[in-house]
Amino acid sequence: MAKVFFTANIQRHVVCPETEATGRSVREVLDNVFAGNPKARSYVLDDQAALRRHMTIFVDGHAIRDRTRLSDLVRESSTVRVFQALSGG
Amino acid sequence: MSETLLVSTRKGLFRVVRKRGKWDIERVDFLGDNVSLTLTDPRDGRHYAALDHGHFGVKLHRSTAVGWEEIAAPVYPPKPEGLEENDMWGRPLAWSTARIWALAAGGADEPGVIWCGTQPGGLFRSANHGESWEMVRPLWDHPKRKMWMGGGADLPGIHSILVDPRNSKRMWIAVSTGGIWFTEDSGASWTQRGEGMRADHVPPELTHDPIAQDVHCLAHSAVSTQRMWVQHHNGIFVSSDEGRTFTEITGVEPSTFGFPVVVHPREPDTAWFVPEIKDEKRIPRDGRLVVTRTRDGAKSFDVLTKGLPQSHAYDVVYRHALTIDGTGDRLAFGSTTGGLWVSEDQGDSWLGITHTLPPIYAVRFA
Repeated sequence: MAKVFFTANIQRHVVCPETEATGRSVREVLDNVFAGNPKARSYVLDDQAALRRHMTIFVDGHAIRDRTRLSDLVRESSTVRVFQALSGG
Repeated sequence: MSETLLVSTRKGLFRVVRKRGKWDIERVDFLGDNVSLTLTDPRDGRHYAALDHGHFGVKLHRSTAVGWEEIAAPVYPPKPEGLEENDMWGRPLAWSTARIWALAAGGADEPGVIWCGTQPGGLFRSANHGESWEMVRPLWDHPKRKMWMGGGADLPGIHSILVDPRNSKRMWIAVSTGGIWFTEDSGASWTQRGEGMRADHVPPELTHDPIAQDVHCLAHSAVSTQRMWVQHHNGIFVSSDEGRTFTEITGVEPSTFGFPVVVHPREPDTAWFVPEIKDEKRIPRDGRLVVTRTRDGAKSFDVLTKGLPQSHAYDVVYRHALTIDGTGDRLAFGSTTGGLWVSEDQGDSWLGITHTLPPIYAVRFA
């Protein structure tokens, strides 16, 4: 199963602990994570289930390319990290 | 008379309470977060707070006996595969809640019904105190909805929702930019209202087109829907036929430009505005912060200054940041520079509560 980590900044809104999930794509992995933590879904994905504009996801250190369908491949040994831009003020 | 104000700001929700004749900040919720708007449901006293977390999206919270709980935020339906719909800038229009811009309680005969207006233009209805939301598809699917445009914001949005106090099936909404829309069947069908408004910032072919009107705020008295007031990008407009037709009010000093308008709850001809320099500067004229008030249906206006800064004031008052309580005597407003004022005498005099809040988006009596 892939390891999944969430940005520290999301934790004060919704607790997203480090976890593991199965799936061959980012979509499948996140669907499995959110099945157990449904509140977190809308913090990461927009109304159309695409990645929110200022969020990004790295799979094994590479930013995903498909932000809409989340079709980037994930391996059993992959590490998936859900990050966001540090902007604002 | 309400003794509590909910002040929505860029950095939190401030509860300001009057005790022993003195207004003070009693508590802060969501400190550091962007609170765009609140609603206090007059039917059950519950509070709703809209938050915009930027990266993490728009959220909605509801008060509990001990604090707040996150509830569902409106979610747009799936955008049909292959549908090409662009915003006015030519970019694909995201069917996604970009901002909660209006919250309104349903009628007294429909407890639990809450209406929510959003950018990019979706209207939502909850029948269960915000536990879940359903988009009002007849409005979203109306062919003219695609003609709505962004105003000051990139995306069009519904900022005003008025439910007829005598018949909750009847409702008016206002859009920036898209004019005024009316339903008399709880949203199953919609017609455009607002003949007579004038937009001088659009091509001449569209100047008088009701859909091209940038209504900043729409308001009426609780006792009459006949008299409607519009603070428009182009000035002040007033209607005496439920928004079918409007008359432009000109010659009001220091300006007819602004964002908010509120109406006395029992005197339909009495309304208040906060004027600014039209239109890209958007600051009080000559650095003097004033409120204007009419008591005679816009035949004449008072310029109210007592207690307000009269030099080097650059406060902008957004459309939801001026409010009036149920008595019609007490008003309050907040500004982009963190000033908060209350009047106990219909605006004749104002008391500054604080000048150091974060930028204020909305002020509501709770």
